[in-house]
Amino acid sequence: MTAELWVVLGASSSVARAFARAAAEGGADIVLAGRDQADLADTAADLRLRTGRHVECLDFDAAGFEDHDAFVERCWRIAQGRRLNLFFAAGSMPDQDAAMRDFRLARSILEVNFLSVVSLLNRLEPGLRAQRGGAVVVLGSVAGDRGRRKNFLYGSAKAGLHTYLQGMRGRMLADGVRVVTVKPGFLDTAMTWGLPGLFLVASPQAAARASLQAAGRGRDEIYYPGFWRLIMLIIKLIPEAVFKRLSI
Amino acid sequence: MTLQGWGRTARAETLASRPERQREVASLLAAPEAEPGLIAYGGGRSYGDAALNSGGATLLTQRLNRLLDFSPDTGLLVCEAGATFQDFLRTFLPRGYVAPVSPGTAFVTVGGAIAHDVHGKNHDHNGSFGDHLAWIELLLPDGRTLRASRDEEPELFAATIGGLGLTGVILRAAFRLQKAPSSHVVVRERRLPDLQSFMAAFAEIRRQATYSVGWIDGAARGVQLGRGILQTAEYATGAVPPASRARERRMPVDLPGIALNRHSVRLFNEAYFRQVPAAGRDRVLPLEKFLYPLDAILDWNRLYGRRGFYQLQCVLPDATAERGLPALMERIAEAGAASFLAVLKTLGRRGHGYLSFPMPGFTLALDLPARPGTPALMADLEATILDHGGRTYLAKDACLSPAGFRRMYPDLPRLQEVLGRVDPSGRMRSDMARRLQIHGAA
Ligand SMILES: Cc1cc2nc3c(=O)[nH]c(=O)nc-3n(C[C@H](O)[C@H](O)[C@H](O)COP(=O)(O)OP(=O)(O)OC[C@H]3O[C@@H](n4cnc5c(N)ncnc54)[C@H](O)[C@@H]3O)c2cc1C
Ligand SMILES: NC(=O)c1ccc[n+]([C@@H]2O[C@H](COP(=O)([O-])OP(=O)(O)OC[C@H]3O[C@@H](n4cnc5c(N)ncnc54)[C@H](OP(=O)(O)O)[C@@H]3O)[C@@H](O)[C@H]2O)c1
Repeated sequence: MTAELWVVLGASSSVARAFARAAAEGGADIVLAGRDQADLADTAADLRLRTGRHVECLDFDAAGFEDHDAFVERCWRIAQGRRLNLFFAAGSMPDQDAAMRDFRLARSILEVNFLSVVSLLNRLEPGLRAQRGGAVVVLGSVAGDRGRRKNFLYGSAKAGLHTYLQGMRGRMLADGVRVVTVKPGFLDTAMTWGLPGLFLVASPQAAARASLQAAGRGRDEIYYPGFWRLIMLIIKLIPEAVFKRLSI
Repeated sequence: MTLQGWGRTARAETLASRPERQREVASLLAAPEAEPGLIAYGGGRSYGDAALNSGGATLLTQRLNRLLDFSPDTGLLVCEAGATFQDFLRTFLPRGYVAPVSPGTAFVTVGGAIAHDVHGKNHDHNGSFGDHLAWIELLLPDGRTLRASRDEEPELFAATIGGLGLTGVILRAAFRLQKAPSSHVVVRERRLPDLQSFMAAFAEIRRQATYSVGWIDGAARGVQLGRGILQTAEYATGAVPPASRARERRMPVDLPGIALNRHSVRLFNEAYFRQVPAAGRDRVLPLEKFLYPLDAILDWNRLYGRRGFYQLQCVLPDATAERGLPALMERIAEAGAASFLAVLKTLGRRGHGYLSFPMPGFTLALDLPARPGTPALMADLEATILDHGGRTYLAKDACLSPAGFRRMYPDLPRLQEVLGRVDPSGRMRSDMARRLQIHGAA
């Protein structure tokens, strides 16, 4: 059996932390990539103690595109014969009104949630195909399924992401590289803490386990929790003429 | 949001934050939202108002739960304050190490274990949690972070052990794990017909047995008063059954108030007593099951319905326990406040903290469903505890009076001295601190 290495991006997120833990418990080695190195060091220590797996930390700025070549190269160097897999959890959802007033903020939403994955996967693709396997699991969002008045900047970034991943899935199919889009509903994380109007909030641990499982089973797109598939189906069925009047 | 103590009688409307990274904690403490005072909230397993802060800010530590360093040679473990006894057990018992002191539920965090200086079923041997604490990293109310130990900042260290979270927010802690010869224990159970024989049995085994705990039928009266089951446990030697992780269950609903009446309680307790044969029995159990018998049902506190319950835990010195315990138990039985199982344990020595609960003696813990008359009953019991030179455990408390508290905890001025130095503006606040007038009368 090939040894597995999971590169976890945006590794300070509680979902990412839980994913790294579940993957390490399953026997994989881990690279934690993110901007807060002090925090990543704590998580790395925790993973080593709990699972005994090999864990490394890398600096990673999702919007620092010019550094992505070097980052990708370091990932391959670390992998060294182990099969490289990716879990992408970096994301940002600032206040939409603020982003409407400030284009830099709007652009950062698109960069962190969407362009970062394009930048990385485009660079990783040849290597992934060459290793003839591995999984790429990316956290999208139900927000990407329909453009809501209240959250469409973030939503459009996720929509772009979903579409990009669909194409990538087909492109790498013949080489056995699986691309999994995970569309969470509400997760109980730092991103949503204290926000009003949340319901049926799921734990980051459960979302992480479902993501890992989806990779193992070679799923293409999952909603988590699963009932969101139904909710979003209904929402997608609402005619645009009606939807545009909804102040959600 | 609304937070509540484990007994669900104490509640607080509070502004809660839940940091996921160490460095967020300092900014949350310095934020204007924390102006009216802040308190840390760990596993929420204290029964009363120790971790509550009505109208102020609360800092939930549950996401700061990483294990940071472990040395197999010394057993020294460093972790974040929100790490729980479940984390320790799952990670280190398979490697042959165990927490030297553990409370009766694994959902307690290290921060909570320090702030109440918790004890386990082995206090005669191992003392309380503070006795195994090497150092803490504490975020002081003024925003400084410093390390306290027996050598560095010793007063701050002693004030923080059992300090109810009032000296600041514990960020990290280091304590020593102990070698565990096995992942299983052999539990010996025997029936004891009344309180006197129970106490005599404890006197005999408390220094020998590795672990010991007594379960008392709180509904028994008269000649049966204080009857129950004494459990002692030793680490298993030789082969043990393969591990299987027990499934967790939940209490799906609050039980309606009438489900728990003196008849159902009596029946349950009778059955519990009878399940151990008259001649006693020995069983091999996973350590987890012995230490945390209630943890398999996640929110068993809903058993008492929406109105919740109080827990009374007190310690009476060895010299007065023989008179004091029956007095307490009779008073409770008389009030018809039939309790499920009460827990009886022995404590061996005083703790290191200024407000540490333990003293050499017997400790009794029992649940009292919340009813209109319960606070009055609690006041009566407080008087009885004081008469016998005992004290009430603050981790369980929601009722104690400020005057009673002062008599039970004569070292309070030493805590106040430290608080005056590190928190002159009163940044750390809790409902318990207000109720017990820890910062002085309002
Ligand atoms: C079923 C059950 C069995 C129990 N058995 C025992 C037992 O055998 N022995 C025993 O001693 N106790 C026992 N307890 C009580 C329990 O151990 C204590 O109440 C403990 O303090 C709970 O810890 P927690 O993490 O839940 O903290 P919380 O209840 O959330 O908080 C308790 C106190 O700790 C403070 N605190 C928490 N985290 C921090 C931090 N990071 N920095 C500063 N202060 C902090 C809070 O401010 C508060 O004052 C039991 C409780 C239950 C529910
Ligand atoms: N929470 C929900 O309800 C929900 C629902 C649907 C989808 N999602 C998605 O799930 C993923 C995880 O989010 P979360 O809920 O766990 O929120 P989170 O805690 O805010 O996690 C997002 C992570 O992204 C990192 N990040 C932000 N900007 C970055 C950048 N420029 N470079 C590198 N890392 C960056 C952040 O870390 P640093 O700031 O340290 O870099 C943070 O750890 C996101 O993609 C989010 O969109 C969440």
